[in-house]
Amino acid sequence: MSKIIKAENVSFSYEGDTPEERVEVLKNISFEIEEGSFTAILGRNGSGKSTLAKLLCMINLPDSGRLEVDGIEVTREDVTEDEIYEARRDVGMVFQNPDNQIVATIVEDDVAFGPENLGIPSEEIRKRVDGALEAVGMSEYARHSASRLSGGQKQRVAIAGALAMKRKCIIFDESTAMLDPLGRKEVMKNILRLNKEDGITVLLITHYMNEASLADRVIVIDNGGIIMDGRPSEVFSEVDKMWEAGLDVPQTTELLQRLRDAGLDVPKDIFDPAECAAVIKAALADRGCAI
Amino acid sequence: MNFDVAFGQYCEGDSILHRLDPRAKIIMSLLYIVDVFLAKNVFAFALLTSFTVAMAVLSRIKPRILLRGLKPVIFIMIFTGVINVFWYRGAEGAKPLVDWWIFTIYPAGILNAVLIVLRVVLLIAGTSLILTYTTTPLALTDGLERLLSPLAKIKVPVHEFSLMMTIALRFIPTLIEETGKIMDAQKARGASFSEGSLVKRAKALIPVLVPLFASSFRRADELAVAMECRCYRGGKGRTRMNVLKATFKDFAGVIVIILLGVSLVLLNKYTDAFALGF
Repeated sequence: MSKIIKAENVSFSYEGDTPEERVEVLKNISFEIEEGSFTAILGRNGSGKSTLAKLLCMINLPDSGRLEVDGIEVTREDVTEDEIYEARRDVGMVFQNPDNQIVATIVEDDVAFGPENLGIPSEEIRKRVDGALEAVGMSEYARHSASRLSGGQKQRVAIAGALAMKRKCIIFDESTAMLDPLGRKEVMKNILRLNKEDGITVLLITHYMNEASLADRVIVIDNGGIIMDGRPSEVFSEVDKMWEAGLDVPQTTELLQRLRDAGLDVPKDIFDPAECAAVIKAALADRGCAI
Repeated sequence: MNFDVAFGQYCEGDSILHRLDPRAKIIMSLLYIVDVFLAKNVFAFALLTSFTVAMAVLSRIKPRILLRGLKPVIFIMIFTGVINVFWYRGAEGAKPLVDWWIFTIYPAGILNAVLIVLRVVLLIAGTSLILTYTTTPLALTDGLERLLSPLAKIKVPVHEFSLMMTIALRFIPTLIEETGKIMDAQKARGASFSEGSLVKRAKALIPVLVPLFASSFRRADELAVAMECRCYRGGKGRTRMNVLKATFKDFAGVIVIILLGVSLVLLNKYTDAFALGF
């Protein structure tokens, strides 16, 4: 599997009014993202995770270190604007606020905005837009006004916008944070589908542990550095470390951890509530408690 | 009501007028304005009026809506009407109809007043029928961009203006919603927007406008980042999903309006002998 993103010792700081006021947000971060993978990035507010997303989309470029996106080294000294533009074609981003990323009034016009920017012929855009709206289940809203959609529907339109550009990698920067549970569910369903079926690399920045538990890999960022990196079960099993980073663990993990602390023999890496109930029941039955 | 798409005066419909190319409609309404000023006598006005009524019928827009559009200019209509009734004398030596105290009214004055008021009515009704009632603001912006695109050669930022319009239209409902929220929030803190003097009420709006303004800047910033992420880099090299295609009916529409103008000129010329008082 090839790596779509390679970051080596990447640092970034926001400029203050004086050199002393510079805020270092990311400190020597190194990681690689495999093409077609599903990675969740966790971290408390101000940990630098959104800044990282902005670097990966090349909205900002790192101060130091080496960043390679889809084979293009964007941190090279003599990198041209066209090269960055090329790299940006492959990495899309869906933002937190659904209202502030929709450009056009009509749903299908908004989905077409990206492909139009790429200079794709009209008939091809039409095909892509129809396909993308179909993929997120929004075909019947194609001619609707975007402002009348629900938050979840708007985010699906934003996803369609990224799909229509045939992106290899989509970064979701807390895209479900402003949605109600139903909207969150429908957006997550779409994210999972495009990762599993279309093989699109997904980077999910989130506060919701149950969303992160669906990923293949979880990266935890705190204070501008990566503090944990691994499969969800590995990362979440270190409950104390997670708490230290100001994060929760999935409720099932917390429950199982407390049960283990109390001396009950249960596994700790189960995220599905039904499955969790089943193991607890089995463990209790082992101890001779009939339910 | 489909407020956001229908911002402005657009009325949903599927008439021939709705389906014309926005570029054709812009040209047609400009020519129509010329036509309205070409009409000089009763016969020409009769033709123009019947043409406009025919358009109204074709557009299937309710007369009530059309009349509502005339409301804002009622004062101008009355004013110009009254002025013309009292000040227009017509041909030299014409006999006044009424001559009392300082009021002298000539028959030509009355006719002239009627025609001028009619001209205002036709001007507004006609252009709104061709353009604003039957074209969405989006189609209008699109048409304008395409019509003005030759100006881009002399460095007029046509694409940027059109994008500004599009984004403005897109954010109107969002900002209206936000204004409502902020007003509610201020009301919850005891602000009152409907009491007190005019000055007091205007002042009460400041705590609404300032946060609205601040949040618009934040929105603009986020939108700019989102647009950059979606590979936007100006109008250069951009293609469009929906390409406007002028068809036979669009050319026919423009020609019809030109022919209307020609007929008006001819009517002015050859029916002048019958014209009353002009």
